[in-house]
Amino acid sequence: MSSGEKYLSAAYVVVLLTVLAYLLIHSLRLARLSRELGELTEQARAKAAADG
Amino acid sequence: MSGYIRDAAALARKDLLLELRGKELLPAMALFVLAMLVAFRFALTSEQEAASQGLLWVAIVFTALLALGRAFVPEREQGILDALVLAPCDRSAIWLGKVLATMAFLLVVEAVALPAFGLFFGGVSWATVAAVVLANVGICAVGTLLAAMAVAGRAREVLLPLLFLPLAIPVVVGGVGATVADDPARYLAFLGLYDGVFAILAWATFEYVVVE
Amino acid sequence: MSTSSSNRSGVILAVATFVLLGGGIALALLWAPEDADQGPSQRIFYIHVPLALTAYACFFWGAWKGLRLLWTREERYDLEGYTAVHMGLIFGLLTLATGSIWAKISWGVWWSWGERQLVLFLILFLFYSAYFMLRYSLEPGASRANISAVYALLGVVLIPVSFLAIRLAENFIHPVVFTRDVQDNLPTEMLVTFCVCLAGMLALAATLYQNELLGKRLDERVRELREVLQ
Repeated sequence: MSSGEKYLSAAYVVVLLTVLAYLLIHSLRLARLSRELGELTEQARAKAAADG
Repeated sequence: MSGYIRDAAALARKDLLLELRGKELLPAMALFVLAMLVAFRFALTSEQEAASQGLLWVAIVFTALLALGRAFVPEREQGILDALVLAPCDRSAIWLGKVLATMAFLLVVEAVALPAFGLFFGGVSWATVAAVVLANVGICAVGTLLAAMAVAGRAREVLLPLLFLPLAIPVVVGGVGATVADDPARYLAFLGLYDGVFAILAWATFEYVVVE
Repeated sequence: MSTSSSNRSGVILAVATFVLLGGGIALALLWAPEDADQGPSQRIFYIHVPLALTAYACFFWGAWKGLRLLWTREERYDLEGYTAVHMGLIFGLLTLATGSIWAKISWGVWWSWGERQLVLFLILFLFYSAYFMLRYSLEPGASRANISAVYALLGVVLIPVSFLAIRLAENFIHPVVFTRDVQDNLPTEMLVTFCVCLAGMLALAATLYQNELLGKRLDERVRELREVLQ
């Protein structure tokens, strides 16, 4: 691979990695949201049980 | 309309009187700009003499930051800004008053800085003086708006330069261009454009920055 | 509040991005003819310029949201404007990165003050980074929303003014201006590839924007729920 092509791939890879990093951050966020939602559902159930 | 001008003038007068009485800002600004010019002289090697022309503009921008940094601090600290906002005057008159006062301060300091610059670095052209006057308008118009934003939050002393400098870059270009280029008219026109565009925007949006 | 949990538009956008950007990159790397002067490295053009244009689009979108906020005082525009500026900054950084790589290939230097786009994006990077500093220093609320909106409007005015300034500055800065042989008439294949890549980048920005927005809104609702349950 000539050096020109190496840099070319570098540029495309940088963009790809950024998008993948973004996806990773968002998966982590989704995981956190699921967990928090699970906790809150438990709390809601406990509350409903206590009231009811 | 005359009421609006009267309000702005009254606010500007208040700032000018406060400064005349307190004498805190202007001497500090004048000394600051002189110190900067001396520092620049030592910062430039003899091959870089030509660079000195541009440094005048760096000095102006940073000296303006001194004035702008103080622009709304007294008002915020004493809750006057809220009172002004509640007053039955157009909020943008507050902006205009502050711009006029700050421009007055800058002009006084520049009346010291430009001769000093001419003395230290060899001459100041008419184009430079015109550029300085034009640049003042843009710097104060944008700077006053940004000062109001910065003062609303924490870390305001650090925030204002951060907000101001990117917007000041075109002013530096216009000013340096007018100082060094063969036909300064183009750069003076550009400064005029900058002034017009940003003054209108700042005037129109100021009330949103100070109202809750 | 427009928080439809079905996210149908997000899915459609993701599919569109996959098709357009995937196709575009394939075209760029495999189908588009090689540039006679610059060789294979010219293919960066197919992502660098779309990245730049998409960044501009994001900043304009953010300013539009800011304008809507000031106009209607509806709270949701604050988050939308913030997300748009965030996207713009990311695409702007990518523009700087790919532009720098292209400069390195073309002229052997990582940076050139003669590259107008690069210099413009440097200024915009400084400006929009300060946006986040500004938001961080303000308490959440209507005031922060208004101030952010006004700042976004300032940014959008700064873009053409800065570009003009950069051009004027070239008269006295005399950067070592390297020129690429810019073909006036792009061969059709190159134009087609470019357009597909541009559409793909815009779709990518839109997809990321939707996802980010939905994620933030879900954050808000979970927080709200937590408060209600305490």
